[in-house]
Amino acid sequence: MGDLFDGYSATSTQSASRRRGAPAFDEMFDPESAVRMPYRDIHDALARMTQDELRGRTEALASSYLAQGVTFDFAGEERPFPLDAVPRVIDQSDWVDVEAGVKQRVTALEAFLADVYGAQDAVRDGVIPARLISSSSHFHREAAGVVAANGVRIQVSGIDLIRDEQGGWRVLEDNVRVPSGVSYVISNRRVMAQTLPELFVSMRVRPVGDYPQKLLHALRAAAPEGVDDPTIVVLTPGVYNSAYFEHTLLARLMGVELVEGRDLFCSGGRVFMRTTAGPTRVDVIYRRVDDEFLDPLQFRADSMLGSPGLMLAARLGNVTIANAVGNGVADDKLVYTYLPDLIRYYLGEEPKLQNVQTWRLEEPGALEEVLDRLDELVVKPVDGSGGKGLVVGPDASREQLDQLATRLRADPRGWIAQPVVQLSTIPTLVDDGMRPRHADLRPFAVNDGSDVWVLPGGLTRVALPEGQLVVNSSQGGGSKDTWVVGPDSAWANGGFGGGAGAERSVQGLVAEQASITQAIPIITPELAAQHGAAPLPAHLAEHPHDHNPEDSPRRDQQQQQQQADEGSRS
Amino acid sequence: MMLSRIAESLFWIGRYIERADGTARILDVHLQLLLEDPWIEEDTACRSLLSVMGVAVDPTVPVTRGDVLSILAVDRNQPAAIAYSLQSARENARRAREVVSTELWEVLNTTRARMPRRIPGDKVHEFFGWVRERSALAVGIVETGTSRDEAWSFFTLGRSIERADMTARLLATRSLTEASGPSWTTILRSVGAYEAYLRTYRGVPSARNAAEFLLLDRLFPRSILFSVSRAEQCLRELEPGTARVGVPDSAQRLLGQIRSELEYRPISDIIDDLPARMDDVQSATSAASEAVRQRYFPTNAAPVWVGENT
Repeated sequence: MGDLFDGYSATSTQSASRRRGAPAFDEMFDPESAVRMPYRDIHDALARMTQDELRGRTEALASSYLAQGVTFDFAGEERPFPLDAVPRVIDQSDWVDVEAGVKQRVTALEAFLADVYGAQDAVRDGVIPARLISSSSHFHREAAGVVAANGVRIQVSGIDLIRDEQGGWRVLEDNVRVPSGVSYVISNRRVMAQTLPELFVSMRVRPVGDYPQKLLHALRAAAPEGVDDPTIVVLTPGVYNSAYFEHTLLARLMGVELVEGRDLFCSGGRVFMRTTAGPTRVDVIYRRVDDEFLDPLQFRADSMLGSPGLMLAARLGNVTIANAVGNGVADDKLVYTYLPDLIRYYLGEEPKLQNVQTWRLEEPGALEEVLDRLDELVVKPVDGSGGKGLVVGPDASREQLDQLATRLRADPRGWIAQPVVQLSTIPTLVDDGMRPRHADLRPFAVNDGSDVWVLPGGLTRVALPEGQLVVNSSQGGGSKDTWVVGPDSAWANGGFGGGAGAERSVQGLVAEQASITQAIPIITPELAAQHGAAPLPAHLAEHPHDHNPEDSPRRDQQQQQQQADEGSRS
Repeated sequence: MMLSRIAESLFWIGRYIERADGTARILDVHLQLLLEDPWIEEDTACRSLLSVMGVAVDPTVPVTRGDVLSILAVDRNQPAAIAYSLQSARENARRAREVVSTELWEVLNTTRARMPRRIPGDKVHEFFGWVRERSALAVGIVETGTSRDEAWSFFTLGRSIERADMTARLLATRSLTEASGPSWTTILRSVGAYEAYLRTYRGVPSARNAAEFLLLDRLFPRSILFSVSRAEQCLRELEPGTARVGVPDSAQRLLGQIRSELEYRPISDIIDDLPARMDDVQSATSAASEAVRQRYFPTNAAPVWVGENT
């Protein structure tokens, strides 16, 4: 082991022993400090580097992000979005299960939302209490019956996953409102391929660049009935939103307009945007504005981020709002506890991904048990996302816990409790060197109505302080490029430039991973077949560059002339 | 077809880039002059320079070279400063990020990030050179990589209007302090026009020819006539006129008017009252800019749904 990983295993056991229970699962090293299979190549590549070298690369990653404007606001100063140079590796065989689990989950959530804002069969059949739905702060009666023509409500979802102490994948929470972070997946891959190309050489990493196309396809598929070529826009709250970079990236890569609320207006139950050529109809709005701000006529009257009349237009079926309004009821953390039952109910299948054990505080005895064990549990508000309001029992002070207990007694519907799960650790470069840090994973799924497509990989967020279990970019979290690697045959069918069996050059690799849109092959397979083994069609002959005829050949002559003159003189 | 808000951003990116470049050129000439010419009254010269650049200063406090440098170059909070222009160009690009190419965005973004907060005395000339290079880089990227659609037209319209305004300001500085103002040679050099001028007139610089060149040359891209014509052309591209009579677009009318005035007035008349004529040019460009705003970027009063009936 090179000096890069010095002191790694020592600290890994140390940090785990701070808390009771099993140590965290380390994704690179097994308990005997041997490198696990999926990480073998990456470990070898990294071990050839010194710490300083890797730090240099990390700085290059950061300065590239600064130049691109991939930043977040830190006390009024722009900081590059933190990206760790060590990627997370997930084996294709492992990924297949995650992918299937996410698909199943999204399908069940779609069915649940259709039911909630429709017939409400699950309530009638006693699978989920009506009270739970109507008391959810994100349940909006206004959304009843408002659905895209293709029936999809969750065009984009981010299902947060963690790996428990045994390495098994579990769902931590569902995000089906406006999940963000996918731009970092795309830009992380791009900047990694440009800065650390040698890491990619020995592995077949599944590219992530076709996400925008998948999203565009899903948005087009969700267009109102009878619109063949829909006008799609991305609705952003504006430049001061922390995810503005993401909004611009998606709009740019999909080639659609990025609008703010003030660019839109509604008239006659239709939505228009103000353009230099006058009002233009809008058919699909991929909105990155929360429900409450979308339409001042229906929700917060003081909102300037949406446009009055949007909901009416959506209800009339003249515009599709994606994701649908009212989806928040499905990612309520109490509804989360019913998800395994809902999967069985709607799909007749056993859940492929397990939940984390959760106490519902309204159930008999649960509140008492939780209050009793508050210092060893994690308590979360049901309607928060991104770690907002979360309390980690073992890390909290007596005073904090007392305050929490009062709040739990006052509002048991508003909270859930879970045991402290030691999230898996991955080597991460911090000030001390390479150290284990806890991480989670947010895979993104896009539903176009006929298939739920899961982006291979997703956003891995790392908690940078030692032992920290809350991983969120708003709370000092970093990120990692996430690689799904595996045998060629599983996914590569020659569609990415080089044909099967072609030599993989570093350059080609970088181009493949760094391009943020899918590569468009210059020679189509048909053309290649037509011309057999010939590398280029005959008419693509080499053309030498044109030059100014006054240039080089004449100089030769002049030189000759001069020499001749000299010769005659001598 | 593009969003009005985006079109407005592109127009202003063009204006701000050109303004940073123009301000750097004007400052470079004048601050150099202050150093070289010991007989110049520093306070008066600085004051007139500031007034030409549209900055009002307290008449009781003496103004120094350092003040000018701060107000017109590095102070991010001074609307006339280069730093302010570069920052605004970047903010506008950020607002129109999905239309602005990544290359242009990165140039504007890094330019703003590298903008110094103060400039040591020996680095002043170098700094202005840097501003000119960054502007040239940004413009070059647009010229080589932007489709000639509305985005380009709005950008170029903004640039042309600003350029006419900047050249007018530069010419106005000629008559600042009469004898001690910059020579025509210096002015021509500062806009990179000296060699082009020598080739065109094949002779010793004369005030009349130099003014004529910067005002009326139809081929030199920094002349006022060229810039105004270019702006008119952009407006025509944005809305190809089909009217049988007259020009319905008021921005086109305003620009056409000032262009004819310069084109058909005897050059000696213009030179005799250069500051007033240059004032006219600046009023016309500013009115045209406002007309463009009215026509293409109508400000949508932000909808307010509460608190109206108090």
